[in-house]
Order: sequence, then structure tokens, then C-alpha cells
Amino acid sequence: MKTCLERLYNGLIKENPTFVLTLGMCPTLAVTTSAINGLGMGLSTLVVLALSNLLISALRKVIPDKVRIPAYIVIVASLVTVVGLLMEAYVPGLYASLGIYIDLIVVNCIILGRAESYASKNKMMPSLFDGIGMGLGFTVALTLIGMVREFFGNASIFGFTGPDVYGTTIPVLLVELTNKVFNPDSASNFVQGLNHFFTGEFSSYSPIGILIMAPGAFFVLAILTAIQNVIKAKGEAKGKDMSKIQSGCSHDCMSCGDTGCAKRLIEPEKVSKKVETEVEAVSEEITGKEEN
Amino acid sequence: MKEYMEVSSNPHVRSRVTTSQIMFAVVIALLPATIYGIIRFGWYAALLVLVTVGTAVLTEHLFCKIMKKPSTIKDGSAIVTGLLLALNLPPHLPVYIAILGAVFAIVVVKLLFGGLGQNFMNPALGARCFLVISFAKYMTNFDCDTVTGPTPLAILKEGGQVNVFDMVIGRTGGTIGETSVIAIVLGACFLIALGVIDLRIPGTYLVSFAIFVAIFCPTGLIAYITHDSNVFIDWQYFCGQLSGGGLMLGAFFMATDYTTRPITKKGQYLYGIFLGVLTGLFRLFGPGAEGVSYAIIIGNLLVPLIEKITMPKAFGKGGEKA
Repeated sequence: MKTCLERLYNGLIKENPTFVLTLGMCPTLAVTTSAINGLGMGLSTLVVLALSNLLISALRKVIPDKVRIPAYIVIVASLVTVVGLLMEAYVPGLYASLGIYIDLIVVNCIILGRAESYASKNKMMPSLFDGIGMGLGFTVALTLIGMVREFFGNASIFGFTGPDVYGTTIPVLLVELTNKVFNPDSASNFVQGLNHFFTGEFSSYSPIGILIMAPGAFFVLAILTAIQNVIKAKGEAKGKDMSKIQSGCSHDCMSCGDTGCAKRLIEPEKVSKKVETEVEAVSEEITGKEEN
Repeated sequence: MKEYMEVSSNPHVRSRVTTSQIMFAVVIALLPATIYGIIRFGWYAALLVLVTVGTAVLTEHLFCKIMKKPSTIKDGSAIVTGLLLALNLPPHLPVYIAILGAVFAIVVVKLLFGGLGQNFMNPALGARCFLVISFAKYMTNFDCDTVTGPTPLAILKEGGQVNVFDMVIGRTGGTIGETSVIAIVLGACFLIALGVIDLRIPGTYLVSFAIFVAIFCPTGLIAYITHDSNVFIDWQYFCGQLSGGGLMLGAFFMATDYTTRPITKKGQYLYGIFLGVLTGLFRLFGPGAEGVSYAIIIGNLLVPLIEKITMPKAFGKGGEKA
């Protein structure tokens, strides 16, 4: 049970697939146009992830090593089909707005990554909870990003409060705040004018529409990455191990220390040796020419 | 003797002209258009100009301070960016949208990419397109206290009649700084006389756009040949397209931006032609009436490629191998 709880914590916080590992960016960017879309995408991924982890862990001794990836894909694809059909039947609106991204869960790198790195090596219960933890982490991240984009890009939260969220929520808060700071009885014309200005001004605010369009996804991703970089730099300055942040494989084998990686295309040591020998050859040539 | 033997890297000859002098010249050149815009559209336009320029400068200063870098506001480029953005805004835009645009121009388009000389597109135009996409309702509404009705380009798109003389003077609707052709050309002549800009890009831009319109417009060459139109080039339409919208402002002040134009001469001609064709495509075949800002930022993005194919070969390189 302790490992199970640890797995949940690991997926939610320590190795959050979106905020820490920066994995699964395609659905993260594409579907987070609103909080409800993010939540729906996160939950459907959670279901598939938990069940696929369970099944793959149960079958880990049966699946031959050589065909393990096709076998995982078969399991995941079956689960995605089930989830997709269920969603189409019971939440058709959400299914329509998520579109192709439900089917694309099959090739979601978080699911394949957990199958390869955890479920295929561990027992069923920890694998199940690993899937739930990772799925929860993904869901929380997608919902948060969706909320931010929806609030600034569409002036609503979970689709509620209509188009006038800046005109009602924020001004009311500000007015209450100013009333608390300044005694309303002795409130001068200035403060009342200020309140009036805020209420009038904010109700006319219109949302930044670009945030719920495709470019907005990249703005949000850039801000997220910047925050990650700040946290990473500060942690490393304090001497903490921050190697997990942004460790979702970037295919940059030259700067990657994982020598046992199966996807490894380049061995940095060999490359640097090759460069050294080339440099030597060139410098020898130059010195040879100078001597001549 | 020692100083004569010293070996140093290029550049060996430096111009006496500084960045801030050039920026100052551009600001002066933009003044006629700005003043005309303020006279035409009233005090609110003046407020917008002040707020946009002020926000741009303040944002640059604060960003540099937060990033613990020396403040770069003294080179004056933030003033130019703010002023150009303000001239591209409709005269009755809510102030918060103008502030947002100035912050976007300075932080996202300019400073995040490394500051002056590193930006990949014109900051003012990048911000304008950001605002057009985000606040389409406000950015395409050119009504204000003194002027109402559609812009000349929108009238032309609908097939209506425009008064070209009014357009040249600037007695039409539009953004704060784009309406008066005379004021813009006056400023441009000042810059050309000073040698800050030359006619390569604006010239090829305007000529290629004119040729594109002459061929493809509803009364153009193609329509004339296919007998869709009895007139060969409706001059009112033709001159209206040339003097309407942001074409003049874009050609003389935005397309010639040092950072985002090609550095090779051949590349500049190519860039001008590309902008002209693209603007024509957007205006004549696109859904909107205006296309200058999108054309220029797409052109900006292609500048590295244009430079790559027009870079002159170094002496002795690229000859046939024996």
C-alpha cells in the first residue's frame, strides 16, 4: 500500500508528466482551449493509462520482449476504442470537441512511456496506481492550463459566468477591497470615483481571443517552460538534483547522460573523439603547409 | 610603433551615426503623420499615442531591470516601436488594448528574442496582428467622434466609389497614422534625404503592388482580356488601392526596418516584390480589405531564406572545379 501511495504522489507532483517531465505536449497544447476540455482529455487518458498499466503488468511475463511495443499498442488501442465509444455515447458534446485527440491517446507518449518504463517491470497493484497517479497528474495539469486559457481567452471559468466575467467578478472584488481599506462612510469622492471607474472600466474588458487559438497554446507552453527553467536554475544553484525537470526525451543525445537509452542515436564520447581526431588532422595539415 | 602592428578583427571602419540618432530621425519623420492623425481624430488619439509610447518605454526599462541587465531605453527603439504601433491603432481603441499591444511588442516580439537587432519580426506589426486576432471587434472599428463610416479600402472591396483626393490628403477613416499619404511621404522624404532609408524596398514594394493590382483587379488586365470589364483599369480604384490603408506607412516605415529586412541589395528587391504580391493577394483575394501588416510580417519571417539565396559569393568561391 505504501508503494501505491508513493506512486500516486510521484505521478501527481514529483514526476508530473506535463509540468515536470514535459511529456505529451501534443494533446496538452491542442485540447486545453477550455477547462472542461482539459478535464475530459485528462480523465479519458487516466482511464486508459490505469487500465493499460494494469493489463500490461499482468501480461508482462507472457509478452515476448521482441514484440512488446506492438503488443502494448494492441492493448492501448483496444482500451482507447472502448473509452472513445463510451464517450461518444454518454458525453457526445465533449467527444465532438476533443475530436481526433481521443483516438490519438493510442500513441500518447505518457502511456507508452509508463508501459515501457514501469508496468512491464513491476507488479499489478503498483502499476495500476502508477497509471492513476500519472493520469491524475496529467488531468490536473491539463485542467489548470485549460482554466488559465479559458479565463483570459474566453472570459469564463468551466464555461460559467458567461462573457462578463471581468465585468462582474473582478470589479466586485476590487470594490469590496477598496471599501475595506477606506472606511465607506468617510469615503471621499475620489474613492467612489475610483470604484466607479473600475466597475465601468472592467465590464468593458474583452478577453484576449488569441489565447484559446493555436498560437495561444504556444504562448502558454513558452511561459510554462520559462517557469520550469527558473525553478530548475534556482534548484541547481542550491545544489538540488533537478535532472527530472524537462527530462521528457528531446532526442538530443549529445547532451543526454543516459548511456543505456534504447533510443540513443549518437554516442557523445565517440563524436567528441571523432571531432578531436579531425581537428588534429586539420591542424597537422596547416602546420605541414606552413613548413612547406 | 606598437600600435601600428596591432592586429584586430573587423569592423575597422565605424560609422559615426549611432542607433539613437537613427531612431530620433525616424521619430521626427513620423511626426507629420502623428500630428495629422491627432488633428483629424481628436484628443483621444493623442492619449493613445502617449500611452502606447509610454508603455513601450516603461516596459522595456522594467524588463531590463527584472532581468538584471542594463536598461536599453536610451537607444530610442522603444519610442519608435510604440509610436509605430500607435499609428497602427484605430483612433477609438480602449486604452487597455493599446497597453497590452505595447507590452506584447516589447516583451514577446523584441526582448524575448534578444532585444534590438535580434527580433524576428517588426515588433509594432507583430503586436498589431496580435491585437487584430485577439480583439477583432475593436481593431476593425474605425469609427470615432469626428469620422464614421467604412474605410476607403472597405468601400473599394464592396465595389463602391472613393474620393482619391481626400485619401491623399487624409480626410478618410482608418488608423491614427495611415490616412494621410502626404504626411507619410513628407516624413519618408526626410528619411531618404538623411540616408536613413533608401527607395529599394519601398519602391519595389509599391511598384510590384501596383502591377499586381493592374493585372488582377476587377477592371484589370485579365478582366479586360476576358471581356469581364469594358474599362482597362479604373484609375479611381487603382489610385485608391495605392493610397489607401497602411500601404504607404508600411512600405516606408515598417518594411524598411533595419532588423527585419534583408541586408543584401538583391534580397531587398526580392523582398519588396514579395511584399507587393502578397499585399495584393490579401487585398484582392483575401477575406479582409487590408493585408499590409500580415504581408510584412510574413515577409519578415522569410528574410533569412531571402538572404541565404541572395548572399554574394566570396571571391574565389563557387567556381567550377578543374
